[in-house]
Amino acid sequence: MEPMGRLDPSELSVKDLPWQILWDKEKCSLCGRCTAACPVRAIELGVHRKRILQIPVGLQEHPSNLFSLYHGIRQRTDPAHACTGCALCSLVCPNGAIVPIRSAETDKLRFHVNAGGTPRRRGGRRNDPRSLLDEIKFIRISMLTDPALDAGRHEFELRTLLGRVLPPEQIPTVIAQDGWAPPVREIYPLIIGSMSFGALSPNMWEGIQLGVAYLNEEMGMPVRVCTGEGGCPPRLLRSRFLKYVILQIASGYFGWDEIIHALPDMKEDPCAVEIKYGQGAKPGDGGLLMWYKVNRLIAAIRGVPPGISLPSPPTHQTKYSIEEAVAKMIQSMSMAWGFRVPVFPKISATSTTLAVLNNLTRNPYAGGLALDGEDGGTGAAYNVSMDHMGHPIASNVRDAYLNLVRLGKQNELPLLAAGGIGKNGNLAANAAALIMLGASGVQIGKYLMQAAAGCLGSEADRCNICNIGLCPKGITSQDPRLDRRLDPEKVAERLVDVYLSFDTELKKIVAPLGRSTSLPIGMSDALGIADHPAAERLGIRYVI
Amino acid sequence: MCRLFAVTSDEPFSPMVALRAIDVMKEGHDGSGVGLYLTDLGSDFEQFKGEPILSGIFSNEGLKALDRYMMDLDFMVKYKLSIRPAKNPPPGTPRRDNYVIRVYEYPPDWESLTTEEIQHRLLLCRLQLRKMGEADESMMVFSFWPDAIMIKEVGDPMAVAEYLGLNRKELQARTMLAQGRQNTNYAINIYACHPFFIQGFATMTNGENTAFVPIREFLMSRNYPGYTGYQSDSEVFTHILHYTRKNLGLGLDMYKHIITPLKDEELVRHPDGQRLRLWKQSCRPLIIDGPNCVIGCLPDKTLFMVQDSKKLRPGIVGGHPGMFAFSSEMCGLDAAIPARDKSRDFQPMKYDTVAVGPDRKEVKRWSQWEGSIPLN
Repeated sequence: MEPMGRLDPSELSVKDLPWQILWDKEKCSLCGRCTAACPVRAIELGVHRKRILQIPVGLQEHPSNLFSLYHGIRQRTDPAHACTGCALCSLVCPNGAIVPIRSAETDKLRFHVNAGGTPRRRGGRRNDPRSLLDEIKFIRISMLTDPALDAGRHEFELRTLLGRVLPPEQIPTVIAQDGWAPPVREIYPLIIGSMSFGALSPNMWEGIQLGVAYLNEEMGMPVRVCTGEGGCPPRLLRSRFLKYVILQIASGYFGWDEIIHALPDMKEDPCAVEIKYGQGAKPGDGGLLMWYKVNRLIAAIRGVPPGISLPSPPTHQTKYSIEEAVAKMIQSMSMAWGFRVPVFPKISATSTTLAVLNNLTRNPYAGGLALDGEDGGTGAAYNVSMDHMGHPIASNVRDAYLNLVRLGKQNELPLLAAGGIGKNGNLAANAAALIMLGASGVQIGKYLMQAAAGCLGSEADRCNICNIGLCPKGITSQDPRLDRRLDPEKVAERLVDVYLSFDTELKKIVAPLGRSTSLPIGMSDALGIADHPAAERLGIRYVI
Repeated sequence: MCRLFAVTSDEPFSPMVALRAIDVMKEGHDGSGVGLYLTDLGSDFEQFKGEPILSGIFSNEGLKALDRYMMDLDFMVKYKLSIRPAKNPPPGTPRRDNYVIRVYEYPPDWESLTTEEIQHRLLLCRLQLRKMGEADESMMVFSFWPDAIMIKEVGDPMAVAEYLGLNRKELQARTMLAQGRQNTNYAINIYACHPFFIQGFATMTNGENTAFVPIREFLMSRNYPGYTGYQSDSEVFTHILHYTRKNLGLGLDMYKHIITPLKDEELVRHPDGQRLRLWKQSCRPLIIDGPNCVIGCLPDKTLFMVQDSKKLRPGIVGGHPGMFAFSSEMCGLDAAIPARDKSRDFQPMKYDTVAVGPDRKEVKRWSQWEGSIPLN
């Protein structure tokens, strides 16, 4: 640094960064693992010069300086190499000599991550740890007049329906005429939401698919997983495991060439087709796979050249209106599989949800509606979209459900809720709350990445570099050197753990409410919250 | 837990038979209500089989309003059994002006109407009267239907029976439902007292209906005027019965299949699984999540009992040709029909529906594993 007059506006000190590396010289063995492992190279070998002043007693000798060197690490301060707090350095350090610490005050880095005029882009989630879902309690406990059930010993029917369910009045005609009934899937209400092949690493994808297959075939749990918009590996398309998969079609149509060409070879129908119109993490914005992650494999599956960014348009470009977008796409997708596969749209939760919903109620082929709230995650998006755009999921689902109740179609059009379920670890409680507010099922993504693969991201802006392919755990990286850190079989094991423990917790919630014979969709009398405006807004009981 | 007793007999009898059975099961009700539904009426009401009977509680003002309303519609009173109770009601029973049971003659211009339309209008009349009297509680109307009498009151069943003089000879029926209420999670409200009635269907239930709110929302969203009230979580059982039979045209076997469908894996093994699965999916919001024992009466006077699929509530049926009773406790059955072959008593389990038809010859049993053989 020059002594006077020249300080770059973006010249930052370690103090200005969100994360400061605390390094203990006494413990460090200089093995170099931390610097090798750091995904953003925030730390590097530091050669530090040290001066010791030697002042002899008496007047004979003059004081002198003793200069020495020591080696250690140095934290870089330029925005491109600012520590992300992932703490992989701590993970690999054999001596526990290093750890990133979150700055106590708001960092200054945030004002400088737009070099070249490009705003910050990142992966992860909304940087806000608050969760209304966490505040909802289950207050209607069966006591004496109606003894609570035994979560461990009773039988529970916890499945839900995906697909357009006929109103009872139409059943006699369908039976009498042996007529067509819309396809309906009986599935587990905790659905693995759309995380694309591309956003996730091949090992992560494989781990999820393995786990899902195990849950279905060994544990009898009809768990379903959505592909996201990146298409589907050709072998999976032609395998019997396709029936556990919800194929997503989004505005980039990535991978759909491959899917359509695989149609004649499919042994099974997919579980469903999800048409993505919006996403909770970046409402009104299209999907984004940044060039770092578009390697040859991803490019081949998506049908694009490698090494280019893949921003999907915010809307389906060939459709100009809701009638076209919804009716025609649902029709086309249904037709592709001979009307044997439920087709449903997914939208960002928005204050205009009811307009979409009402349109769907009049479309007899619409197989549901997925709502993705503001706390949804993403592999890549603009920071401003993630932190400031979108609608909370709880009130959106509630409004949608009550609207269906007014129309008498609450059973005909299943609602799926997503976005921030289990963001603070309370997966079953959050899922059950949304179901009792009216969701037929919930979709999760980030929770699985954290629980099944050890994702380090957090609402305190930790890590969140899924977008640039440098995931330190290999979950969202396409670099084989990172990807191989993740063992697909271990991911599968953890995924199974997550589902089994969720199942037990869900029973621990519904059993005391006296519910076991059907999923308590819309059982709002069971819910309470110590927040009066929230209680009124959601139509649940205010309790303090 | 409420106590339930239903009895059907070739010979008309006094409601005291049912109330004595309820009294035997006394530890199970707390005086928060007693309800009676009488049909296949005998004695003085025998001659008015086709004429609608209004049952309810009216204040003096309410009675005047009733007269005005009915006269405007051109209904004419044909027969009435007015109960003006003694001065001092038993503990817990509110003081009322009039307990009304009136037989009306249809308005002349209803003659050309179809049965369906007449039944619909009777329903609307009952609802309108109920609405008119709701705010000031001047009118409480329980039923307005041919060959049907309903009496409801708060208090100990035997004390209320004595107070109202229910042993009078005019009040006799061949089929009746009685409930001694144990108030649970809702305020004491006379409309919460079982049995519930809609267009010839009556049911009563013990246990709590934990799936009440979604079921209520589903029924109310059918936009049928009769699906209203719901002061008790058990009223939905009556309305589901009405909905499945009147709107969907299904038999009693399907009532059971709809409120307690077989599990998904059971449907795979059921010979009629595909059809039942369609119904299960379509009527998912009507799945009850008991524990509940439902005893009911169909318009043709068939009595039936179904259990929820957890089977945590007792229920027994027994008797002999000519007289059968359904009871929530065995002691109630013993009190009403002591001379019967007890080895033929039957306690329906989670798959069972039992029914005694209007011929009162036998208890018909039906299991959900059997094909769709209608019970009535």
